[in-house]
Amino acid sequence: MSTATVEKPARGKGKVRASDRARAENSLGQKLVAPAIFVMLLVTAFPMLRALYLSVFNYTLTAPDDREFVGLSNYITALTDPLFWRDTGVTVLYMLVTVSVELVIGFVFAMVMHRVIFARGLIRTSILIPYGIITVVSGFAWQFAFSYQNGFVNGWLPGISEQFNWFGETTPAVIAIMVSEIWKTTPFMSLLLLAGLAQVSEDMIEAAKVDGASWTQRLFKVILPNMQAAIMVAVLFRALDAYRIFDNIFVMTNGASGTESISFLTYRQTIEQFQLGMGSALSVLLFLSVLLIAWLIVKLFRVDLAAARQEG
Amino acid sequence: MVRKLGTAVGCLLILVWCLLPVAWIISLSFKTQESITVGNPGFLPAEGTNAGWQNYIDVWDNEQFRRAILNSVGIALIATVASVILGTLAAYAIARLEFKGKKFVLTTALAIAMFPVVSLVGPLFDMWRTLGLYDTWPGLIIPYMSFTLPLAIWTLTAFFREIPWELEQAAQVDGATSWQAFRKIIVPLAAPGVFTAAILTFFFAWNDFVFGISLTSTENARPIPAALSFFVGADPFNRPASLLAAGAVIATIPIIVIVLVFQRKIVAGLTSGAVKG
Repeated sequence: MSTATVEKPARGKGKVRASDRARAENSLGQKLVAPAIFVMLLVTAFPMLRALYLSVFNYTLTAPDDREFVGLSNYITALTDPLFWRDTGVTVLYMLVTVSVELVIGFVFAMVMHRVIFARGLIRTSILIPYGIITVVSGFAWQFAFSYQNGFVNGWLPGISEQFNWFGETTPAVIAIMVSEIWKTTPFMSLLLLAGLAQVSEDMIEAAKVDGASWTQRLFKVILPNMQAAIMVAVLFRALDAYRIFDNIFVMTNGASGTESISFLTYRQTIEQFQLGMGSALSVLLFLSVLLIAWLIVKLFRVDLAAARQEG
Repeated sequence: MVRKLGTAVGCLLILVWCLLPVAWIISLSFKTQESITVGNPGFLPAEGTNAGWQNYIDVWDNEQFRRAILNSVGIALIATVASVILGTLAAYAIARLEFKGKKFVLTTALAIAMFPVVSLVGPLFDMWRTLGLYDTWPGLIIPYMSFTLPLAIWTLTAFFREIPWELEQAAQVDGATSWQAFRKIIVPLAAPGVFTAAILTFFFAWNDFVFGISLTSTENARPIPAALSFFVGADPFNRPASLLAAGAVIATIPIIVIVLVFQRKIVAGLTSGAVKG
């Protein structure tokens, strides 16, 4: 906010009558953001309200005339179904494991990128490739890599039989999906952390070093606390992104072997089975669970929302 | 010394991490289709199973695949241009003007960046069918715009805040017209930010899968990720892996080209857009 505030005199809120110029500025500002706000809300708020409305009906697209009001019974059906809770559990597992692993690996990558002097361009170019690659392509690459018929993973991993089928059981299939997810999104995490790392002053680290702090002390007492805001914003974004996991599951197992996430269940109900009423109830539940997770992360870790909102 | 060695090992680790799966899918795309049906494990094609460019030729001969590439390029480019224009207007207002509702815009953008996309698919599917937007280009362009606008607004706001706007007045004092001041001073300063926002928006639109599979039903508008996932071949339990790999490599080429050419801009955009540096 360095330059923007210079020309503008401080204005009291509401009490002092705004000058003509301020009023013109206010209206111009609102006009400029209006189209963006309209497009953003058109595809989110409006459909979400529609989902809320549809969720209290028994509504199947194949029999649209039989639509009937059923109150909260869709929600009760969903919330009492063990499938819903199993999928929620699997989704939470995906989120917890991928975000923690990404945080650790991403931090190591960020440290390396922060220090490297030669070949900086090469490293940054290659780290952008997983970031830019289509998730579906990543899913295919890893699915075929883990395939016992055509993949190389079984041959490379010691202690794994050549004929081991990764997609036959829940645990290995979930691991394979996580690997694809982690591979694809760690670069994003590391770039966010790199930005945070760049904000930690070198002088402070040097001072700690002079005072005899060991490497681990410098890491945990100086570097990490000073980039807390960056870490928290990265965790918030990635956790909510991971909770929506869908593409990799669709491509790698199509939800088989108990790998289905809550997003996948919602998709299956609406698009494959045309159960719009039930699907809408699941949509609302998915939306609420994302809100809950966002709220939990913000409260528990005290994420600086102004930083996340990009207020300067 | 230890530190230097550690950095070097770290660099090597990053390179292997990022490039090994890419090398793998390229290698897979050269295995013959016959050898895939009987099983052809191993990183490189086994003896005598190197197909040369045959998989690429076959996948390119597929009309649906070519159509999907066209759809993806068209939809992603239009969505990018539209989103960047709206994002530029909004970001200019946020960075430069005082107005009521600024916080509302930023909060909305944050909320949408975290929105569970799948929860919109049902109602959008229903709405788009009523409005005749289902399975059309605009039917995908509109949601792509909504979901890339937060990214565009953040990146551009961060860039616009760094621009020394006094220069505009300085140029006017020196005798430039307002249009000249805008075109010669502000446009060159703002261009890198606009450009970065465009690249990130394009990546999102090119990558999207959820809208791509649920809001299209034919090759009319089906983008490349959706087309790849529906490309099953004769036996759903044994997909034509090498053919798919060739398609995947083709779909990745635009991304690699963009990354190679604009590497510096993307990093600047990602880092400035996410955490102010």
